[in-house]
Amino acid sequence: MKNWQKRFTQIPSAMSKFFTYVGSLFVLTAAILAGVGAGSVAVPLSEIVRVLVDAATPFSTAEGSVNASIIVDVRLPRVLLAGLVGASLAISGAAFQGLLQNPLADPYTLGVSSGASVGAVLVLFLGLSFPVFSMFTLPIMSIVTAVLTLLFVITFARMLDKTLSIETLILTGIVMGSFLGSVISLMIALTGDELRQIVGWLLGSVAMRGWNYVSLLVPFFVIGSMLLLIQGQELNAMSLGEDRAKQLGVPTETRKAVILLASSVLTGAAVAVSGTIGFVGLVVPHICRKLFGVDHRHLLPLSLINGATFLILADLVSRTIIAPVELPIGVITSLIGAPIFAVILYQQRKERAAV
Amino acid sequence: MMIEVNSLSGGYGDRTIVNQVDFSVARGEFFGVAGPNGCGKTTLFKMMSGVLPLWRGTVSIDGRTIDQYDRNSLARKVATLPQLQQSYFTYSVQETVMMGRYAYQSGLFKQPSMEDEQVVERILHQLGLDEMKHLPITQLSGGERQRVYLAQALSQEPDVLLLDEPTNHLDFSYQKQLLDELKALTNNDRLTVVSIFHDLNIASLYCDRLLLMEKGSIKKMGTPVAVMQRPLLEGVYQSAIDVYANPTVASPQMNVLPDYTLKYSSTVSPDLLQVSEEKLLFQTDRPLKTYSSAVVGAGFGWYQHFVNYHVEKSFSCEAPDELMKEKFKEWDLPEYDTLAMMTAAYVTNYASRCVQEDGFSLLVIVTAGLSNAVDVLYGAKHGFTPAPGTVNTWVFVEGELSEQAFIQAIITATEAKTKAFADCEITDRLTGTPATGTSTDSMLVAATQTGVHLEYAGTITPLGSCIGRTVYEATVEAIKNSSIGKQP
Repeated sequence: MKNWQKRFTQIPSAMSKFFTYVGSLFVLTAAILAGVGAGSVAVPLSEIVRVLVDAATPFSTAEGSVNASIIVDVRLPRVLLAGLVGASLAISGAAFQGLLQNPLADPYTLGVSSGASVGAVLVLFLGLSFPVFSMFTLPIMSIVTAVLTLLFVITFARMLDKTLSIETLILTGIVMGSFLGSVISLMIALTGDELRQIVGWLLGSVAMRGWNYVSLLVPFFVIGSMLLLIQGQELNAMSLGEDRAKQLGVPTETRKAVILLASSVLTGAAVAVSGTIGFVGLVVPHICRKLFGVDHRHLLPLSLINGATFLILADLVSRTIIAPVELPIGVITSLIGAPIFAVILYQQRKERAAV
Repeated sequence: MMIEVNSLSGGYGDRTIVNQVDFSVARGEFFGVAGPNGCGKTTLFKMMSGVLPLWRGTVSIDGRTIDQYDRNSLARKVATLPQLQQSYFTYSVQETVMMGRYAYQSGLFKQPSMEDEQVVERILHQLGLDEMKHLPITQLSGGERQRVYLAQALSQEPDVLLLDEPTNHLDFSYQKQLLDELKALTNNDRLTVVSIFHDLNIASLYCDRLLLMEKGSIKKMGTPVAVMQRPLLEGVYQSAIDVYANPTVASPQMNVLPDYTLKYSSTVSPDLLQVSEEKLLFQTDRPLKTYSSAVVGAGFGWYQHFVNYHVEKSFSCEAPDELMKEKFKEWDLPEYDTLAMMTAAYVTNYASRCVQEDGFSLLVIVTAGLSNAVDVLYGAKHGFTPAPGTVNTWVFVEGELSEQAFIQAIITATEAKTKAFADCEITDRLTGTPATGTSTDSMLVAATQTGVHLEYAGTITPLGSCIGRTVYEATVEAIKNSSIGKQP
């Protein structure tokens, strides 16, 4: 191996880790500003800052301009929603991958996203509304069906193959995902016109959701990501295998339950507000591992930050690339994600063939 | 006792894999577990490390049963070195080793303390890993990677280290390195090591005690010498095995014996002998098992070419074996496959006898020079000057000899030689008393190890009596030849 290659593959030290956080946050800020500024009406940076400061000041006396309305009522909630969804999907992808020792696991490939969609569609289909939590009926149902789907996929894959190999798990997840997709299509076909709007939602979108959806997601996002962020060292140990983690002293039973639950909460809530946006949980942790190393104590927060950036930018592309027509955001993420999926699969295969 | 395992049983589903196992291991002991595939070694280990539930019985570590420990405190007592494993995520060496400190870290984010950092630094240094601590482990060789996992286990600062075939996938130099390291830890740091071994020879070399398992139960437990018993191992492993003493240390070694046997046509016959002024050369088409006091090839061995080399009586050489190896090159004989003796006698005066007996045949070749004839009672009077051997006796047997028979054959042949000296009235020139041999006699017994099994070669056995008579006759003839044949 040549010298420069060796240096490139060195794992970053503590000092450079600090800069990765600063850098990631800087890029996120830039993405937010770009997301808010760009669109059919371009808003300059100075205007954005003025409006945001204004909006943040209580009892502001400034007149509500058109720009202010575009920024505060339309673009900001959209950008924030994209960021929260991206962060949720990316951190839960990173957690799934560490726990299942499988770089191809993510909410989408495991079928969890589809499971959550079924829950969401059921709510709309049956017109469900929980007492007390009526506002949260949609995300809670999505989370419940997400958890059930995940348990089913893992149990079934383990029945097929005790070692829970990559291929079996992903195959089970993808089959489950397409089965649930058909269930949704069936439900839509049965209801006629009323659920047609769901089709667009299914492809994934953060458009025209408004602040309601942001506030719907925030509590689940905070709880889920907090629970995951404190599992860094546990995920490191469990990525060596569950038995190994036990031998190192990890209370695997409880930790595993917490990680699976928290990831499902994040996925379910994200799907409830934005539909199924594929591959975010696969692409972002993969790139983060390549750039910053695999230590989950840093991988989880960095995936969260960069996941937000990724989906904000993907959304920006989806609404500007062939404006005025808007592409579904899921199209953009799949266009990026599917090839990366293939690359990871290829690398894994090759590595194992070499051993 | 550091570890006590009491009537332990367990398994998977409804299948009992480990059945009523009892043993204990003292602090600082290196304890090996061996047995054929599927005998329950790994299951036993999983139960001991708290990964698999126990069905019946108890495992105690340092006086407390493992269910009295929570997982954290158990991880500080017992560490496991897994078989070489593959992770899909490439941690650095330092990150990997730091995971061993998990049980010592507290707080929500499990940030490593100063002490954690120091322990990891010390262990990285101890195992010679400091230089690679920032490298991803995928860039390491198999041996280095196994060392990283050993470092991870040691950073748990355990009292007990459990190893599941630690040397799997390692070539023997890495195996040795790893096991030497572990042995030093048991001796110096009083670490208790319990290890599964596939390779009984390695286990025999390093373990204080061995536990041999068969079908989930203990077959035998004890020192390597007690466990490395041929009938025992043949029974447990269901295959032909040979156990022999390690030539250097008191750890028995074993060999697996193949079922096939090679077919050879020729027998041991006088036709195979080539005689020249310089040497006698006897060449067979197959290696013979030999036991000899030759200059090159002494002790037990397998040889195909046998040389009796003539040197001048005044010959004196610091390293006769080096000289012989030079000669092998000159004669185009393979060094690893050639046995050589030297003599001051003229080798053309040799005598040979060939005998066909029921089931075996015998060829004896003797060269005799009598100038250094010695009475065994007065050897000390002669002073010690190593000179080329003067009576060289070769005994070739077509038959399968036990090790016992090889040594008895040497005794019998020596007695026959002494008898020949007496009957020829050879005397010790210094003392005038009857000589029993010469000062530098050499002897070889070589057998094809095919055909009939010959357990004994004492003087009254079929083989022994035949050797006695034949060696006697050949020696008498060689002595006569040396007095009437070509003279110095």
